[in-house]
Formats: sequence, structure tokens, C-alpha cells
Amino acid sequence: MNLSDTKTIDADRATVYAALLNAEVLQACVPGCQEMTGSPESGFEAVVVQKVGPVKATFKGAVQLSEMVEPESLTITGEGKGGAAGFAKGGAKVRLEADGDQTILHYDVEAKVGGKLAQLGSRIIDGFAKKMADQFFSNFQDALGTPSQEVAATAEAAPEQKKGWFRKLVKS
Amino acid sequence: MPKDTGIGASTRRREDVRFLKGKGQYTDDIPPAHDQAAAVFARSTVANGVIKSIDTSVAESMPGVLAVFTGADFADVGGNPAGWLINSRDGEPMKEPKRPVLAHGKVRHVGDAYAAVIAETEKQARDAVEAIEADIEELPAIMDVKAALTSDNFVHDEIGTNQCFDWGWIEDNRRATDDAIKGAAHVTTLELVNNRLVPNAMEPRCSMASYKESSDEYTLHTTSQNPHLTRLLISAFVMGIPENKLTVIAPDVGGGFGSKIYHYGEEALVLAAAKRVGRTVKWTSDRTEAFLTDAHGRDHVTKIELATDAEGNFLAFRTETYANVGAYLSNFATATPTFLHGTLMAGNYTVPNVYVNVKAVFTNTAPVDAYRGAGRPEATYSLERVIDKCARELGMDPIALRRKNFIKPDQYPFASAAGLEYDSGNYDALMDKMEEVADVAGFAARRKASESKGMLRGFGVNAYVEACGIAPSNLVGVLGSRVGLYDAATVRVNATGNLSVMVGAHSHGQGHETVFPQIVSDMLGIDAQSIDIVHGDTSKIPFGMGTYGSRSLAVCGSAVVRATEKIIAKAKKIAGHMLEAADTDIEFKDGQFSVVGTNKSVSFGEVALKAYIPHNFPIEDIEPGLEETAFYDPANFTFPSGAYCCEVEVDPDTGKVRVDRMTAVDDFGNVMNPMIVTGQVHGGLGQGIGQALLEAARYNEDGQLESASYMDYAMPRADDLPFYIVDHSQGTPCTHNPLGAKGCGEAGAIGSPPTVVNAVIDALQSGGKNVTHIDMPLTPHRVWSAMNNA
Repeated sequence: MNLSDTKTIDADRATVYAALLNAEVLQACVPGCQEMTGSPESGFEAVVVQKVGPVKATFKGAVQLSEMVEPESLTITGEGKGGAAGFAKGGAKVRLEADGDQTILHYDVEAKVGGKLAQLGSRIIDGFAKKMADQFFSNFQDALGTPSQEVAATAEAAPEQKKGWFRKLVKS
Repeated sequence: MPKDTGIGASTRRREDVRFLKGKGQYTDDIPPAHDQAAAVFARSTVANGVIKSIDTSVAESMPGVLAVFTGADFADVGGNPAGWLINSRDGEPMKEPKRPVLAHGKVRHVGDAYAAVIAETEKQARDAVEAIEADIEELPAIMDVKAALTSDNFVHDEIGTNQCFDWGWIEDNRRATDDAIKGAAHVTTLELVNNRLVPNAMEPRCSMASYKESSDEYTLHTTSQNPHLTRLLISAFVMGIPENKLTVIAPDVGGGFGSKIYHYGEEALVLAAAKRVGRTVKWTSDRTEAFLTDAHGRDHVTKIELATDAEGNFLAFRTETYANVGAYLSNFATATPTFLHGTLMAGNYTVPNVYVNVKAVFTNTAPVDAYRGAGRPEATYSLERVIDKCARELGMDPIALRRKNFIKPDQYPFASAAGLEYDSGNYDALMDKMEEVADVAGFAARRKASESKGMLRGFGVNAYVEACGIAPSNLVGVLGSRVGLYDAATVRVNATGNLSVMVGAHSHGQGHETVFPQIVSDMLGIDAQSIDIVHGDTSKIPFGMGTYGSRSLAVCGSAVVRATEKIIAKAKKIAGHMLEAADTDIEFKDGQFSVVGTNKSVSFGEVALKAYIPHNFPIEDIEPGLEETAFYDPANFTFPSGAYCCEVEVDPDTGKVRVDRMTAVDDFGNVMNPMIVTGQVHGGLGQGIGQALLEAARYNEDGQLESASYMDYAMPRADDLPFYIVDHSQGTPCTHNPLGAKGCGEAGAIGSPPTVVNAVIDALQSGGKNVTHIDMPLTPHRVWSAMNNA
């Protein structure tokens, strides 16, 4: 399963790049993430609860960052094991393009699932992965600030978070 | 006037009374034992992987857990063997990597069990399975049968190849076949895939074991088509439990279709667990496990060539087939693509040259084995598709081309070019009947009517011959079988005149409980209701080989006849004593023994009573009691045959196929119960149409089974199937068994797939689309794509 998209984020590249390396940001942005610990150098450990079609499971996973070119690009790879539910693994190549005060984030995601996820969910996995990616980057936009025209569209995704909280955090 | 009892009567199925009331007793229905524990398996989520470590310590300490097993616990016991040794063309024996009870060292397909938890409850066992920490390093999956043969990535590293065997049949005929094709006026070539199927028995597998320490005895209740074969495999090969210490019971079984012939590791595991924890241990497959681990069917990739002269006389068939056997060899996995397939590749035809090459290939998929038809659907599909294509290329009528090459009724016994001797048949009579009952003459008008609705209508025809009644042990022994294929029956006449008939065949939908009493009651002239069939319990029945390959009636039914004949012979002696006449002067008719030429007679019941209360009995000449056993080993296979046709409507806008008419005219030899035979044909047609239009087991390139639920695996439903026209009036009796019966269980699934595909191709051709082949299943997407690329 492959998917690609771009998101415009209302922050400069350095801020966006820093946010991508921040465990707190990642925890807030990964849908269903319960725990996220670690560092860009040693990698992150994550616990994510997700429901894919009929399969609900707790995934324990490791996330590695590589091919890091600050502040332009990096590759995120990970694997989550959900016990009897199977596993999901994949990676995202992320490229940041400056656009005035804003950043255009390009991503290419490749994902694979196995076990029960593949057996019961193959028909819906593409839609699920797209939803996950959309939610992640929407949350990410929210954390960093969303261009005004996109706010309305993504407001539902994370209503409990104040917009642009990460930027306020790093700039305070 | 139709009879309502005895041979040839459509006696209603007595077993249906309990099934329809929900009173059947399947293994999972057996009331829980007071000490019952549950087994749950940890199964691989990757198709190919090295087991680096398995940490069971957390699982072992969880609530209710009694034991945790891994592959290491079975490292010293035997593997589950293949029942048939195949030699490659170069004389080398096939490769037989060990199939362990639990995966050890490597996992080889998604669903491969590498550990099992025994706990007080199934829920606790499931929780503990979740807590097993298995470090399994995923390796690239070996999925494509052709690529597997050149890969240096192996399913089984110890054999250094993914090829199980490369078989030629008949190797000595190869050159003549090649020459015939080289010199032929016309050669039709077709490449096709016989799609992989999941058996989908309604009842999932279930195994429950107990162990009695005081006598060192095991009892296994399990979903099996052949309890004695399962016991033999467990005793002689896998566990080493002496046969006299192991009872295997297969109670009511809810469908098998082949998938419950085989011994599976779960059976061995519950036996081992019952002994270790000293408890009754039960495992019930869930539906996902059934998809992942029941032996799948078919999965052949074939190239077939048909050479003819300018007039359409068949000169040669030549095939090259890649048969996917999956990750491990299931018990009949090596016989199915070879002797149950290659030997039928002459079809119903006088073709002089046949050569079949089959390469069996290991892949990281579930084991593949016999599934309703077992090799013969693959043979028939290849033959009847290429013949259809040939007819189109030669501009000949497909029925006329077949008739031109049919074996004629006066040519029996007929030695086919693929090595079998057909004993009887009349393929023209079947075709005549089919043309009549299907109203083939009316097709043109029906096509017009379809076209006026904007639909394309196609007519497809097919002739098949198959081999049933497996099998003559002497012959199959020469061909590599490691077992004999006789069957057995014991007829026990009780003192009060009722009968228990213990049979080696197992009924899981076939209606044995009704049909076998019909035969015995006919022979003894007594009420069928006074006869009961006992089956499925090795402690009660003689050693029979079970039910598969449409063999129950032809082989076990013949054993029932032989045992009943022995009963009559002995009863005549007893009657002779009672009537003070020589047994040679005793005539037995309608349940009465009488002295020829007199009015002196005794009834069957009186003789039975005498046998068990032998007062004034010549014990020096006749033993008391009236019980006889017969083992019957057939002299040859039986050869059911048929002519099928169907008409389909194809929606040219969507590619959706609807089977509008389906006709099956079969020669099953003598028919014991026409209603049951019709039901068997209906079931087979449903599965065959399912294969043709809907069903496909699909793995992705990583070896993940993506069609592992009924959301993604399309089973035929009532609205996918037409009303069937079924006829079996043209039977030619089998010449070598006492019933003259051939076998009907698989025919529908053999004859229908090519019929449907031929009809769809005909429909598309009638719509001006030059489509010559579409691989099954003919989904709307595939049909639409073929039409739009033509």
C-alpha cells in the first residue's frame, strides 16, 4: 500500500523539522497513541491503540528516523506488533519545502500489514492507512498552526488541542 | 412404480431428522468433561520466518494456564507424512521435508502454529497466547510457483530446492506425444490457472483428547472423514501411540470435501497435552484458523496442447503443470496432482497419445491437498477448455467434435492413453440425453430473447470421465501409495432380528445411514428400519479407510454386500438345520428360508434367534452367533462420466455472469437412492459454479492471505445458482463391484467449472468479442476487462 500527499503548515521549515523529532509532538499527532518515549538518535518506542475494521488491538512498536537532512527531509520507519491482531509496518519519506513563512510537507508512505489485519482488513486497509496519515498530518498542522483556510476542515480532528500549541511552546 | 424402500428407492434420509432438529452431535457439541481444558494456538503472522526465540515464561504464569507447548516439545516425535511416494522423471524420489506438530526453527506460512497454550478456559488460553513473546525474523515469502523453482530462497532449507518432484506420465509416451504434436495439422494451446480454493466446511475442525493413566489409553474425538486412517497416522508416524491404546471417534461431521481426510498437528497436540496435564483437552478452530490452516484445494498453473488432424481427430494431449503443494506435504498432496489427475488426461476420448508433466512446488502458503474432485476437476478443466478452444479454431460444433472422439460403447474395456482401463460407459448416450433434457435445440431462441434484453447469451458444454472408488490396493501400491485402499463392514444380526452394520466409511453428508440399510434390507428382505449403521468410532468398527474420492458406496458398500452375503450363507446353514434339510436345498427369498420344492420355511428372525439361543444346535458344524465381516478391495477404479451443459447471460455493461440453465447428465452406474444422488450432484454443482465464478484464495506477495473471511472470500449463495436439471438415467453398471455402482460425490464439482467458462466464452464471442480464455473465477471485473481489451 502506497500513498502520497502534501500538507501546508503554517510554520517555517526549522520549526516543522524540530517538531517531527519531538516525542511529545509525535504522541499528540499519532492517532490513538498512548505512549511515546525515546529520542531521534535512539529511536522511539510507542504504544498505539487502533481499530481497523473489526480488529481492535494495542500495537507496541519501534520507530526509527534515518536519512535525516536538517531541515529538508527525513525517513521514518516503524513496525507495530499487535499480538493476535497481527502487525503493521512501513515507512514515510518526508520532504519539507519552504514556501514563504509556511512549509509544504510532502510525504510518501508505504505500509504493510500482516496476520489478522491482512486477513480481515485487506479490503479496508488502504482507506484506513489514508485516514491515519490524514489524521496524523492534520494533528501535526494543528500542533504547529494551520493556514486559516484549512482550519475549518480539520478542526474536528483534535478539538481538545489549542491550535499552534507546539510553536507557542518552542517560542516561549 | 417407484419403490419407497430397498435399492433404487428415494428413501428419505433418516439422519436428517436429527440434523434438521439441531440434534446432531458434532465434536464441539459433546458436553464438556468435568476436567475439560482448552487449547489455543499461537500462529505465525508472517509467511516465512526464522524463529529466533520463543519466551513462554509470562504466558506460563498467567491465570489458569496449565501448560505451554512449543516446537521443541515435539522435536523428537515423527512428522506427519505424505501418503504417496512420487518419483521424479529422473527416478529420484520426491522431497519429503518433515511436517512437525508445531513449527520448529522456521515458520512457513501465515497460520503455521509455533506454540500452544493449555488453560482452564479458552479465554485464559487466548490471553496467554497473546503473552508469548516470539522473536520471528521475517524472510521474503516464496509465493510464485515458477519463480520458486529458480529461487535460492527455500521453504525448506534442508532440501535445497522448492521442487517436491518433477513427474512425467507416462514418461515412455513422451516422445510419441511430442512427435504427434510436431506433425499435427492443427495444434491448440491454452494456458490456464485452476484457482486455489478454501474448502469451507460448515463445521470448523475440532479435536478433543483425553488420557486414562490407569490403562495408558487415549481417546481422540475429532472432525475426520476417516478415523482409522487418522489413528494409523498418529500411531505409526507421528506420536507412536500403539493403535490398541488409541481410540479415534469422528461423530457427526459437518462437511469435509476432502479437508478432513488429513491428520493435522492440532490432533497430535491435544493428545500430547491430555497426557501431560492429565486433563481432557479441546481445541476448536475459529473461522479464520479454518481459512489459514485447512488444506486448500486446486492451485494449478497449466499449459495444455491438443493436436488434431485436419478433420478434428484428436492425436495428442500434452500438459505441463505447476502444482502448488503449499508449505508442507499434506497426506494426499502428492497423489492429487499426479495419479488422481494425470491418469485422467485422456478424458472420454480415443486419443492415442497423452503426456503429462507435473512439477510440485513448495511455497509459503497453507498446504494444498484433495478437495472435492481432487485432481480430476483440474484434468477435466484443462481438457474441456482446450477442446472448446480447438472447436472454435477448427470451426466445428463443440458437441460434434467431442462425439467424433468419444470412446464408443462397444470399445469397453478401454485402455486409455493415460494408463487406466475404463470398464464401462456410454458417452454418446449421455450427450444424447443432455441435448434432450437441456433442450439444446431451443438455445437459439433463448439467445435471441437474451439479446433483445441487451444481454449476451452463451452455451457451454463439457464431457468428463473421472476415477472413483479408490482404489485397488495392488495397483496403487505399484504407483507409490503407502496405504491400501480397501474398506470393511461388519454385519451383526442381533438375537431379536435387528441389525447393526459397522462400516469403515464415514458419513458427513453422504447419507450412509440411509443408503447402507437400503442395500442390506433389500438383500435380507427385512425392514430397513430394523438396520442401523455404526460408523466413525475405531473401537466399534472394522478397519476401514474412510470416505473420500466418491468411494463409500463402491468400496465400503461392496464390503457391506460381501458381509451380508456371508450372513445369508451362514443363515442358510442354520435354517437347513432347523428345517432338517441340507443348506444347499435352502432357498432365501423375501426374508424367508424355505426348503426348495416344499412349503417348509423359517423366517430370518427365527434363524437369528436360533443363532443366539443355540439349543439343539449342531455346534460341531456351525458356530453360534450371526455376525460377519468382509474386507473389500476393488479390482479397478470405477469410472463415472457425464455430459454437462449450461447457458449463461453476460451483462456486457458490467461483465456480470448469471448462470441461467445448468444440466448435469451423469453415469453413476447403478443408483441406490436417486434422491440422495441428486442432492450430491446439486452440492457439487454449487461448489463448481462457486469455483468458476466466485471463489479464490488470494495471497499477496508477502504471503498474507487476504481472502481469509467471508467478507473477502465469495461463497456461492442461492441467488448465484440456477435450478438444476439433473439426470442419471443413462447409467452403465460398473462391471467389477457387486453393486454396479460408480460414485457420485464429486461429479458436480468436476463437470461444472469448464461448462460455465465455455459458456461465458461463447457469450462473449457471440457479442463479437474475440476472447478465448479468462481465468477463474470469472468475476465481473475479469469478464469486463477481457471484453474491453479484446
